[in-house]
Amino acid sequence: MAEIVATNQTILVVGGGISGMTAALEAAECGKHVILVEKTPSIGGRIGQLYRYFPKLCHPTCGLEINLKRLRGNKNLRLLTMTEVADVQGQAGNYTVTLKTQPRFINENCTACGACGEAVKAEFADEHNYGLGKRKGAYLPNAMAYPQRYVLDPRIIGTADAEAAKAACKFNAIDLDMQVETKTLTVGAIIWATGWRPFDASKIQPYGYDRYPNVITSVEFERLADPHGPTGGKLLRPSDGKEAKNVAFIQCAGSRDRNYLKHCSRICCMASLKQATYVREKFADAGDVSIYYIDIRAIDRIDDFHQKVKADPKVKFIKSKVAKIEQDKVGNPVVHGVDTEGYTRYATAHDLVVLAIGMEPSVAANNFPIKVKVNESGFIEQDEANGAIFAAGCSSDALDVNRAVQSATASALRAIQVINRVAGTEG
Amino acid sequence: MGDMNVVKVEAYRNSFLKEVEANVEGGQWVKMCMQCGVCSGSCPLGSAWDHPPQELFMMIRAGKREEVLTSSSMWMCTSCYNCIVRCPRDLPITHIMHGLAHYAERLGLAPKNQPTRKFAKLFWNNLVKKGRVNELKLGVALYFMNGLVEGIKTALKMAPLGLNMLKTKRMNPLEYVGGHGIKDAAGLQAILKKARAIELAKAKKA
Repeated sequence: MAEIVATNQTILVVGGGISGMTAALEAAECGKHVILVEKTPSIGGRIGQLYRYFPKLCHPTCGLEINLKRLRGNKNLRLLTMTEVADVQGQAGNYTVTLKTQPRFINENCTACGACGEAVKAEFADEHNYGLGKRKGAYLPNAMAYPQRYVLDPRIIGTADAEAAKAACKFNAIDLDMQVETKTLTVGAIIWATGWRPFDASKIQPYGYDRYPNVITSVEFERLADPHGPTGGKLLRPSDGKEAKNVAFIQCAGSRDRNYLKHCSRICCMASLKQATYVREKFADAGDVSIYYIDIRAIDRIDDFHQKVKADPKVKFIKSKVAKIEQDKVGNPVVHGVDTEGYTRYATAHDLVVLAIGMEPSVAANNFPIKVKVNESGFIEQDEANGAIFAAGCSSDALDVNRAVQSATASALRAIQVINRVAGTEG
Repeated sequence: MGDMNVVKVEAYRNSFLKEVEANVEGGQWVKMCMQCGVCSGSCPLGSAWDHPPQELFMMIRAGKREEVLTSSSMWMCTSCYNCIVRCPRDLPITHIMHGLAHYAERLGLAPKNQPTRKFAKLFWNNLVKKGRVNELKLGVALYFMNGLVEGIKTALKMAPLGLNMLKTKRMNPLEYVGGHGIKDAAGLQAILKKARAIELAKAKKA
């Protein structure tokens, strides 16, 4: 790998999701030297796993493509994929960071022709589809992957599959001897953009996510709706592949609950309203949606979207947090609870139940390579004690994409202020 | 207990929530309920309640004093703790239900023929007499809780079990006449009487 030049006037951005990309691009386009590290083989993060954005229902790939174009054209920005931050020492204006890069086993010669993928037999759960489908042991993480380079799963190294992949490659791109690389760099400021992960739904015992195949999470439902997803965009339920025409959404699955996540995850109400439109779009009048909620938290201009969905007679709103889910003989999940508007008891069967799952920080509070101040939910605080470590996007709070991008831009500005101070050009 | 009811009505006129907060065990939590309904949906006896816990909380906040305190609902609670475990706001719902039932009883508003209340009464009266629960007397009293005919029927049905218990020395029939107790039962009763007087005096002051 080419030499990486970094000084105390360099900004390190940790995480290549929408927030990290935005922060890195904003800083780089201001003329700052930026190193963007991403743990997985491709940047894009969770937005690349979304079918559509609310409230405009446009495709995330569109914005992603614009960002990738900006990234390719910027000489100030250096991207390192499959790389994690192992250690951080020092203070604002002068941090020493240790980066650890996992071997991709495929070098820059790769043209993403796919011959290695065809040669390899082993299959693994597809991370891009939240494990709903399989992918090969030699794979392109997703259609929009950047860099457009294949990856060998480390689990096939040392097997006949690895040799088969190497033999199939016409461009001499496969290097089975790649090792973990560790680098130590100096940077002036760090933007932390490691984002969020869906709360572990199996912890919500009464909902039976780990027991009933037709109880899935909202992030998984997003993959079902995507034409690039495991079902080719058809809303088929996991147990028997039947079309899920009658879909229930359960709000606050994990969020606003002291047993799980105390905070409101903010995106879930809008996510379910958006996903309700998927059902209606795919099945027209044969589609039925029930949204079980405590209260719908769609604020400001996005409430227009809420009102629009609410006006649809095929979308029912039931003001009740579902108490428990059971499964009937034909595999339909049955939701039980009491409706707050009238206090009537219900037990309703649906084809599929989607848990509007809450957000938690990707990096647990005690897992940061350097001490940072976090709030009670584990999100990074904006605090002087954090020196020149600034949180961007969902590392700072549960945010939608719009707000995550605003937060990222703000963090880029804070990092630029530190760098200018170091350079003596703050004015 | 009728005077205490009058005292409390005067003290908390139009603010039943404040009354509950000040007088009911766990009452200060009632305002924290966000009406999600998980408690009601999780209650195994929920369908037998006139007003599930979530509705009771809303009724308290709406000032429906009479309906809440004379309700049989909170007497249905079996202390399974499902609601407490699942409540997203950590409300001690089971405790509040018992607190409400207890407060209604103290005010003399509890429904007279509610079976749980009747049993609680039998238990309490049995206990304070000697300072120990007389299981034989309590058991027999339960048989006759709903009248003589039903009592005789139940007693006959349970007779073989009783005989077996006699044979294996699990039951002392002499307990029925007198029975064991603490050293100073009269002292205990005096303590309880004094406690009641203090409570009423306090209530009148407030």
